Amino acid sequence: MNIKKFVVGCFDDEAVLFPAVKKVRKAGYKIHDVYTPFPVHGLDAALGLRETRLHTAGFIYGLTGTTTALSFISWVLTKDWVQNYGGKPHFSLPAWIPIIFELTVLFSAVGMVLTFCYLCQIAPFVKKHHFHKRATDDLFVMVIECTSKTNLQETEAFLKAAGAIEVNMQVAETGWWIGRYDMDRKLFESKTETITA
Amino acid sequence: MSLIKYESFVREPLVDGTKTYNDVTEDIVYTIEAKPSRLWYIGFYISVALLLFGVYSIYRDVTYGIGQWNLGKTVGWGWDITNFVWWVGIGHAGTLISAILLLFRQGWRTGVNRAAEAMTIFAVMCAGQFPIWHMGRVWMAFFVMPYPNTRGALWPNFNSPLLWDVFAISTYFTVSLLFWYSGLLPDLATIRDRAKTKLRKLFYGVASFGWSGSTKHWQRHESLSLVLAGLSTPLVLSVHTIVSFDFATSVVPGWHTTIFPPYFVAGAVFSGFAMVQTLMLITRRVMNLQDYITLGHIEAMNKVIVLTGSIVGCAYLTELFIAWYGANPYEYDAFFKYRLAGPYGWSYWIMMTCNVVSPQLFWFQKLRRNIGFTFFMSIIVNIGMWFERFVIIVTSIYRDYLPSSWTMYYRPTIFEIGFYLGTFGLFFTCYFLFSKYFPVIAIAEIKHVLKTSGESYKAKMADLENLSVEEFYAKTHHGDHH
Repeated sequence: MNIKKFVVGCFDDEAVLFPAVKKVRKAGYKIHDVYTPFPVHGLDAALGLRETRLHTAGFIYGLTGTTTALSFISWVLTKDWVQNYGGKPHFSLPAWIPIIFELTVLFSAVGMVLTFCYLCQIAPFVKKHHFHKRATDDLFVMVIECTSKTNLQETEAFLKAAGAIEVNMQVAETGWWIGRYDMDRKLFESKTETITA
Repeated sequence: MSLIKYESFVREPLVDGTKTYNDVTEDIVYTIEAKPSRLWYIGFYISVALLLFGVYSIYRDVTYGIGQWNLGKTVGWGWDITNFVWWVGIGHAGTLISAILLLFRQGWRTGVNRAAEAMTIFAVMCAGQFPIWHMGRVWMAFFVMPYPNTRGALWPNFNSPLLWDVFAISTYFTVSLLFWYSGLLPDLATIRDRAKTKLRKLFYGVASFGWSGSTKHWQRHESLSLVLAGLSTPLVLSVHTIVSFDFATSVVPGWHTTIFPPYFVAGAVFSGFAMVQTLMLITRRVMNLQDYITLGHIEAMNKVIVLTGSIVGCAYLTELFIAWYGANPYEYDAFFKYRLAGPYGWSYWIMMTCNVVSPQLFWFQKLRRNIGFTFFMSIIVNIGMWFERFVIIVTSIYRDYLPSSWTMYYRPTIFEIGFYLGTFGLFFTCYFLFSKYFPVIAIAEIKHVLKTSGESYKAKMADLENLSVEEFYAKTHHGDHH
C-alpha cells in the first residue's frame, strides 16, 4: 500500500498544458504524472522523463530469436537427425533464413509487448486509481504529489492560475491492485473532494 | 517549442467538420453504446449461417476424408489452397496500412488502420483453416511443430517451404494480433471510463488492462508501436514471399519462376486494399463515420490499388515473356497452351480483365473519388485476385508431364464450396462482432492528428499562411526561451 495525497489539475488544451508544466516544475512542485487521452509529443521531455529503452530490449529479444532458431535448426539437421536431402549439404543456411527471420520477429514482438506490460504494470484484471474519468477522453490531467509540508490551497491556486479548468485534492493509492481494494477507506469508489474556487 | 501546429494546405484534411476531442470520442464510441441496428442483426445472422455451413462441410471432410473434395490426380491442390492464398493476400493490407504507412508517415492511415488490422487478423484466421483441414488427419496437425517426441525424435524438415509457411503464418498472426491489441488498449480505456452499465465496465475494464494514459506509458507505447511497425514491415513482405515459395521452389512448369515473391506481395497488397475498401465503404456509411474515413482516404487507397494492380499486370506479362524467351517447351506449353487457352482459358481472361485492365480506370480522379464505382471495383478486384490464385494453382497442374494422368476437368464439390463460404462466415462474424464491440477507428490516433489535420483547425491556419517569415516566426515561437 502506498497511499499519498495529490493535487489534481485538469487542462482542456495542450497549448495551455505545456506552459503550465513548465511553471509548475519551476515553482518546485513534484509532478507525479500527467495523464493524456493521446500521446502528446514533447510532453515527456517537458516533464524531464528520460527516453525509454524499450527498443533496446526489443533488439535483444530479436537476437535471442535469431540465436535460438539458428542453433536449434543446425543442431537438428547436422547432429540430431542428419538426413540426406537430395545430396545437399546438411548445414544449408540459405534454406533456414525464412524460419530464422520469423523467429527473430516473433521473439522480438512478444518480448517487447510483455516487457511493455510489465514496465507499465498493466494486465487484465489489474486495477489502478484513475484521477479523472475524462483523462482518456478530452482532458489533460496533471497530478502533483504532496508532502506533509505542501500547502494545498496554495498549490490549487497555483494550478488555477496556470490555466487548469478544474482542480481538486485526492488521496490515492499509487500502485495497482486486483479485486476490491481497501474496504474501509472505500478508495475503489474513488471519492474526490472538488474544490470550487 | 512551437505551440501552433502547422500543416500545409496542399494536404486534404483528415478529419472533416468542426470537432473537439470529445466529439471524436462520442462519434466513434456511439455505435458501441447504442443498440445494434436491424441491419447489423441481419448481417450477423447470415454470417453465422454461412459459418455453420462451413462447419458442416468440415465435419464431412473430417469424417469421410478429403475425398469429399474433388481433388485427385493431378489436381492435388484446388480450391483449398487457392482460398488459402487468397485469404492470406487479403490479410496483408492491414499490416501494410498500419506498419509501412506509419514508417512512411502517411497521416491518412489513422482513419482506416484499426479496421484494416482487424480485417488482417480475421483474414489470416480464415487462411489458416485451409492448410490445416487439407491435412486430412487433422488430429495430427501438431506434427508440424518441432517438439521432442517419441518418434525418433523425428523433426520436421526445416528446409521445406511448407514448414516455412507454418512459421510465417503463425508469426504473422501473433505479431498482427499484438500490434492491433496494443493499439486498442488506450481506446478500450476510453470506453471503460465512459461505461454506464455494469457489464460494460467489467468487460472494458478487463480488456483495457488498467490503462491510465500516463505520459511515461504513452512514451513506451509510441516506442512499442514504432518498433512493431519496423518489425511488421519486413514480416509482411516475408509472409507472402514464403507463400510464393510454396510454388516457386517446386519444379512444376508455371510455378517454377523467380518472379513469384515480388509478384505475390504486390498482388496481396492489391487484393487486401480492395477488401479494405469493401469493408470501409460499408462501415463508414452504416456507422456514420464519413468525417473520419473521408473521400481523401478512399482516393489514397485507390491510388495504391492502381499502383499495385499495374505491378501485378507487369508481372503477368513478364511471366509470359519469360515462358517464351526461356525456350523451355514445358514452360511454354504450361502458359500458352494450357493457361491462356485450353479448358481453363476463361479463368485466365477473367483474371486479366479484373486485375489488370479494369483498375486502370483509377487513373481518373473522378472515378477514384466515386464511392459507388470504388465499391464495384473493390469487388471486381477481389474476384480477379481469387482467379489469379486459381489460375496459378489449377492451370499449372491439371496437365502434368504424363498425359495419361491428365484430369478431365476439375470442379469443386458442394463441400469444397461450403468450406470457402464457411470462411466468409467466420470472417464476417468476426467483423460484425468487432464493429459492434470495439472502436473501429483508432480514437487516440485521430485525436493526435486532429489539431494539425482537422478541417476546422486547418481553416484557422489561413491567417498564418499570409504572414511574412519574420512575422510567422514571431507568432509561432511566442514565449519560447530555448
